[in-house]
Amino acid sequence: MSTKTFRVFFMFLLLAIMAIPAGAAEPVKIGALFSITGPPSFLGEPERNTAQMVADEINKSGGLKGRKVQLVIYDTQGDPTKANQAATRLIKEDKVVAIIGPSTTGETMAIIPIVEKAKIPLISCAAGVKITEPVKKWVFKTAQNDALAVARIYEQLQKRRISKVAILTVSDGFGSSGREQLIAQAKNYNIQIISDETYGPKDTDMTAQVTKIRGSQAQALICWGTNPGPAVIARNVKQLGLKIPLYMSHGVSSKKFIELAGDAAEGIILPSGRVLVANFLPNSDPQKKALIAYVKNYQKRYKTEGDHFGGHAWDAVMLLKGAIERGGDTPAAIRDQLEKTKGFSGIGGIFSFSPQDHAGLTKDAFVLVEVKKKKWVLAKE
Amino acid sequence: MTKEQRDILIFTAFGLVVLVTPLLLQGNYLLNVFVFIGINTMLAVALNLLLGFAGQISLGHAAFFGLGAYISGILTTRYAIDPWMAMVAAAVCVGVMAFIIGFPILKLKGHYLAMATLGFGIIMYIVFNETVAWTGGPSGMSGIPNLALGPLIFDSDMTNYYLIWVFTLLTMLLSINLANSRIGRALRAIHDSEVAARVMGVNVRLLKVQIFTVSALISALAGSFYAHTMTFIAPASFGFNFSVELVTMVIIGGLGSIYGSFLGAAILTLLPEFLRVFHDFDIVIYGLLLIVMTMFMPGGLIGGFEALAAAIKRRKEA
Amino acid sequence: MENSDQIIQYILSGLSNGSIYALIGFGFAIIYNATGIINFAQGEFVMLGGMLTIFFLNVFQLPLITSIVLAVAVATAVGVVFERLAIRPLKNASPLSLVIITIGASILIRGAAMLVWGKDTHALPAFSGNDPLYLMGATMLPQNLWIFALTAVIIMASKLFFQYSIFGKAMRACAFNSQAASLVGISVKTMVLLSFMISSAIGSLAGIIIAPLTMTSYDMGIMLGLKGFCAAIIGGMSSGLGTVIGGLLLGILESLGAGLISSGYKDAIAFIILLLILFLRPEGVFGKKETERV
Repeated sequence: MSTKTFRVFFMFLLLAIMAIPAGAAEPVKIGALFSITGPPSFLGEPERNTAQMVADEINKSGGLKGRKVQLVIYDTQGDPTKANQAATRLIKEDKVVAIIGPSTTGETMAIIPIVEKAKIPLISCAAGVKITEPVKKWVFKTAQNDALAVARIYEQLQKRRISKVAILTVSDGFGSSGREQLIAQAKNYNIQIISDETYGPKDTDMTAQVTKIRGSQAQALICWGTNPGPAVIARNVKQLGLKIPLYMSHGVSSKKFIELAGDAAEGIILPSGRVLVANFLPNSDPQKKALIAYVKNYQKRYKTEGDHFGGHAWDAVMLLKGAIERGGDTPAAIRDQLEKTKGFSGIGGIFSFSPQDHAGLTKDAFVLVEVKKKKWVLAKE
Repeated sequence: MTKEQRDILIFTAFGLVVLVTPLLLQGNYLLNVFVFIGINTMLAVALNLLLGFAGQISLGHAAFFGLGAYISGILTTRYAIDPWMAMVAAAVCVGVMAFIIGFPILKLKGHYLAMATLGFGIIMYIVFNETVAWTGGPSGMSGIPNLALGPLIFDSDMTNYYLIWVFTLLTMLLSINLANSRIGRALRAIHDSEVAARVMGVNVRLLKVQIFTVSALISALAGSFYAHTMTFIAPASFGFNFSVELVTMVIIGGLGSIYGSFLGAAILTLLPEFLRVFHDFDIVIYGLLLIVMTMFMPGGLIGGFEALAAAIKRRKEA
Repeated sequence: MENSDQIIQYILSGLSNGSIYALIGFGFAIIYNATGIINFAQGEFVMLGGMLTIFFLNVFQLPLITSIVLAVAVATAVGVVFERLAIRPLKNASPLSLVIITIGASILIRGAAMLVWGKDTHALPAFSGNDPLYLMGATMLPQNLWIFALTAVIIMASKLFFQYSIFGKAMRACAFNSQAASLVGISVKTMVLLSFMISSAIGSLAGIIIAPLTMTSYDMGIMLGLKGFCAAIIGGMSSGLGTVIGGLLLGILESLGAGLISSGYKDAIAFIILLLILFLRPEGVFGKKETERV
């Protein structure tokens, strides 16, 4: 081999080596923390499934500007300590550019100091108001504030001229956050809470609480919890012959609830994301297309109903996708682009972030739905 | 070499390894895990004093851990008390409390003791959840300040590592000394036979309550350190599951062995890191580990090592 | 007037829940009496009963009664396997190791149930409808009657079994003094196995009969198990009427506490009662004092 041919060969080799990383670009690494096991697994499981599904869909349709998305998912078991360790690992070991999750407000609060310090954008899938109020530079969230759900219920109560309500909330993060908002906003709607009861997340009979409420002057009962508690309460209410309207939270906005509560579910009203009533929405609704696609794909892949909670993860991944496509994949650019997101139609609602608002939704994110003949339908306003 | 000299040598070697480790782990996420191993070691050593030395089970130690964390958290965030002062206050409060409830609780034995401590743990867990005005309820309490020594603020993995491990090493040293003292021998006597110990003039009841108090007090200290390093606490970290996890650490490591407690704490803290691959399976593996270890290695890992060493020695001599 | 109606409802609700606690408490008492072990996995057998029934009902489309029989059979088999693999090999184990092993088993069974059946909650249809029954202005469900009936049947059956059958007598002998029992030719091992069988069968039956009310999921056994244990302790760990009265008492106090004091501390009330009883009368409210044997 002459020197010249050798040189040409060498050049080719060099080019080839340089071309390999350009052709098969490094994947974009996104971290995900969900409570896949542990008490909040009702949140974490659909969130994990959805996030994985969305990431696969993105990769199938060409990835992010030709680069694959790689999700690094860790289970936090609903435990702040594990969330802390997993977040540290995502940042230091896996070197992710952004994190979605965790599933609960507590775990989110536990890792906020870490992401703020490491300057990694976080899109939480938890609902607590304090996650984004006050605004933290690197922290966003997709789950609708409980405050918005409460506002929806109170508006309707006001229209129905109901001023005395009883509340029955579960004593976990979900229930206590709802209770806080129910109490805080009551004044604004001239509503008086005359009975304030709680129950434990694993309680199997709430007739004592419902009996107490029956003995009060309450004109409506608002129950804040996640399956199975509210289903037990619905049955207890029916058993005790309590005739006042029963409102619940978006925590049970799934077909599962109707299955568990049976006949007792009839007539229950609750605020829910549009995913539950996607088919009933007018075609002009900007979310409709995404909602129906999500429900269909989830059903196809996991053989169960895609729900509201999974939707939080859908929104988080898609928001990240948009931000990365617009501004590239450095954490700082992602953060800036997230903050500039306007009018993004997701599962949970239409998101518009700003430097003053990292939650991005208005109370239009919720619609009131009602159980009629064992089906969820849009409730009359 | 006398036993004491050997103990000093082992402890010094262990301490040196602990102090050098972070230099090899700079920038690695494992450093963060090692901070938690430190806190868990403190807890496991504290529980081992009760479980391993005095032979008294507690399925409610997470409550003392939580009390320490919450008292520190409440005093520093709501009353702006200096974190170190808050820590002392938390330890004293929990110590006094343990001393008082120790008398009726430790009158019980075996399964009844297990059940009473479990009940105590659940009651405290409910209190953490329900006293929302103080604890922030189930969604937790954030904004707890980091500890500081003059200009040095313990807010990174590296600084926290040294902070926690200095105190963990002190706890271990204290426990080793305690085990080798007259008290330690009296405790072991209780473990073997309470009646025999009583006959030999040991004030069994008082001694059990005292060791219970020391154990609760160290757990509370660990709780304070936990609150100040995490800067966030929630009841989920202090429930029945964590109490069981603590007992598991002690058993896996070896009852009555201080280094065993470290080993148990290290394994159980690192386990989730390895089991992440298995995701949903880790709970099953965890349960299985608990059963298998108790059945086949009643002395824990340290006991297993010792048995192995003895077997090798016998073979050599033979 | 309204108030007295409420009190009656609290009491009736308390009795309904109390009989559930009593049913679960039986399982604890039977194993404890035969072996001196407190089986922390007892709650998981309650869960297994409910989950297995739903599994046979929904997946194999079997009739309810067949599903129930199969569920009890499988749960009992799990109990036997547990005793054979984890309890029998341990001779002279300390109470501490036994506590740990049963806790380990409960974690294992719960984890396996989660892997097999997922994390969803399931409801079993009520055996005879959901139309409430009225009693002095208070209500309860037909399912509560099933629970009361099962509790009554189990007390009577256990009374007959322990008083008159040869196995029952042998088990009592083991509970009293296992060494002496083995000297007169009773196979202590068989009796221990038998006690695990009976208690896992009763536990799973309890889980099935309460499932229409409480619903069932892989992690429902923990709290119910602990409450059942409280009932057994209040009743002095008897496998007869004591546990029933303990369970009913616990149910009523809990329900009154939730209604009249604070619903948030409802569970705390059960455990405070447990602690008070352990401190003041560790032999149970109805038990006789025993002197410690050395």
